[in-house]
Amino acid sequence: MPRLINRHPGRGPALMLGLVPFIVLIFAYLLGSHVRLAANPDDKLLPTPSTLMSTLHTYAAEEDVRSGQVLFWVDTMASLERILIALVLSASIGLAFGLAIGALPVVRAALAPFVAVVSMIPPLAILPILFIVLGLGEVAKIALMTLGIAPVIVRDLALRAAELPSEQLIKAQTLGASSWQLVTRVILPQMWPRLIDSLRLSMGCAWLFLIAAEAIASTEGLGYRIFLVRRYLAMDVILPYVAWITLLAFLMDWALKILRSRAFPWTDMSR
Amino acid sequence: MARVTVKGLWKRYGDTVVLENINLDFADHEFVTIVGASGCGKTTFLRILLGMEQPSKGRLLIDGEPVSPEPGPDRGIVFQRYSLFPHLTVLGNLILGLELRRSRVLGKLFGARRREAIVRAESILEAVGLAGARDRYPAQLSGGMQQRLSIAQSVIGEPRILLLDEPFGALDPGITADMHKLILDLWAANAMTIFMVTHDLKEGFELGTRLLVFDKLRHDPQAPEAYGAKVTYDIPLRRLKNDRERQRLAIVEASGSEPSYAPAG
Ligand SMILES: Nc1ncnc2c1ncn2[C@@H]1O[C@H](COP(=O)(O)OP(=O)(O)O)[C@@H](O)[C@H]1O
Ligand SMILES: [Mg+2]
Repeated sequence: MPRLINRHPGRGPALMLGLVPFIVLIFAYLLGSHVRLAANPDDKLLPTPSTLMSTLHTYAAEEDVRSGQVLFWVDTMASLERILIALVLSASIGLAFGLAIGALPVVRAALAPFVAVVSMIPPLAILPILFIVLGLGEVAKIALMTLGIAPVIVRDLALRAAELPSEQLIKAQTLGASSWQLVTRVILPQMWPRLIDSLRLSMGCAWLFLIAAEAIASTEGLGYRIFLVRRYLAMDVILPYVAWITLLAFLMDWALKILRSRAFPWTDMSR
Repeated sequence: MARVTVKGLWKRYGDTVVLENINLDFADHEFVTIVGASGCGKTTFLRILLGMEQPSKGRLLIDGEPVSPEPGPDRGIVFQRYSLFPHLTVLGNLILGLELRRSRVLGKLFGARRREAIVRAESILEAVGLAGARDRYPAQLSGGMQQRLSIAQSVIGEPRILLLDEPFGALDPGITADMHKLILDLWAANAMTIFMVTHDLKEGFELGTRLLVFDKLRHDPQAPEAYGAKVTYDIPLRRLKNDRERQRLAIVEASGSEPSYAPAG
């Protein structure tokens, strides 16, 4: 009998083991739902799967009586647009400033303390300021997400760039590299996969800020809907929406992971 | 052409004296090997030659001219580790030097110029025995292959001076004979002066045309940092130029057998 620490499950068993917690969760839900509804048929907390499916159908396949829109998709598109814009914006800011701070000592001296302070501002604390200054529209929501995650990406990339072995940078200089070439041919290409890692880690925060902003001032969006129907205790809407948000976040994370290993095969080989 | 002159060179870090009054003169195409106790300033000496560090006092001249105070293409370097670019293939690592110099803005070559660079790189890959690994990434190479590539990468730029800091120190002892042959071949085929730090005295004798021993002569137990290292032995190993080729062949034949220790002093 080998030690527990040396026992590795095979592919099949690993998959089964991975499924177990999901199955347990679903089973616990079904049991809870059954017990509560048996006690009180009007209970709203844990709707049956059929209620969940029919509500989802109403939201995702039928037009809303008042607005004439299919709410689920309108909400999804609105939220995705916001989060994608914010992610692209944060990635661009993160890359530009992170590279400059990490690679150029002069820029580091000028900006690193400032970025360190800015990244400590709790973004939700300045949400009111954003709404006051930028209005209740899209700009404020995107600004909140960007303010929340861009400084973190900037700091992460600056650290990563500064972490590159100095041997590499010296070597490049002996091969004739100018500062510009050092950044574009040596540092930047090694920062792309780091940027993807950084984005993946920021994704949770981005969704958090998105939902917070939508909950406060919005007329559509996944977060908006959840907070809207909360007043009616509409768990049959909230639960599918939460599952959908989770799935979207998971898919975005997975897509970034695939992109990283496809586009930068050399990263997985390094020790 | 690279005559290197070191005049009254001192290096201090704060109160710590690392190098103390070094005076040396090196002929063109010399192969200088440097040995000495760990921490006595060998790497510091190379870093000053490279332009990464400035001397605290004294001067460093190449062909009578003061050296530029930062690393440049006239001086190549091979470190013990980490000097390859992990995001580039073997071929990419090798042509990078050509690309950086021939395309100042993009640092990339295209079309006919790229093909020409590749032809050049492939002949060097052949010479260093890496032709079969052309499309691999550094992480997929053994330590010995990585060092061959790092050496090739420096040599392709035709530096006047090549600096090697314990380049074979981390390698399997079994492959050092191959590496010695490689470096001697490249030295014979290129007009460059080599400075190589090694912790292996035997290697120093075997490869060099001149061996320097760095050591602290004076030592104050109350203040170990008060005195720096000097060149305590400066041993000419073989006559240069006329019988360069013969020595090279002799070394190649002798690799594996006992090295002949030159009489010291
Ligand atoms: N940047 C630095 N600042 C302070 N001390 C240094 C620095 N670089 C090297 N030293 C000191 O200089 C001495 C020589 O170091 P080094 O040249 O690396 O030795 P070697 O290569 O011979 O082993 C060591 O005592 C080291 O601690
Ligand atoms: Mg050293």
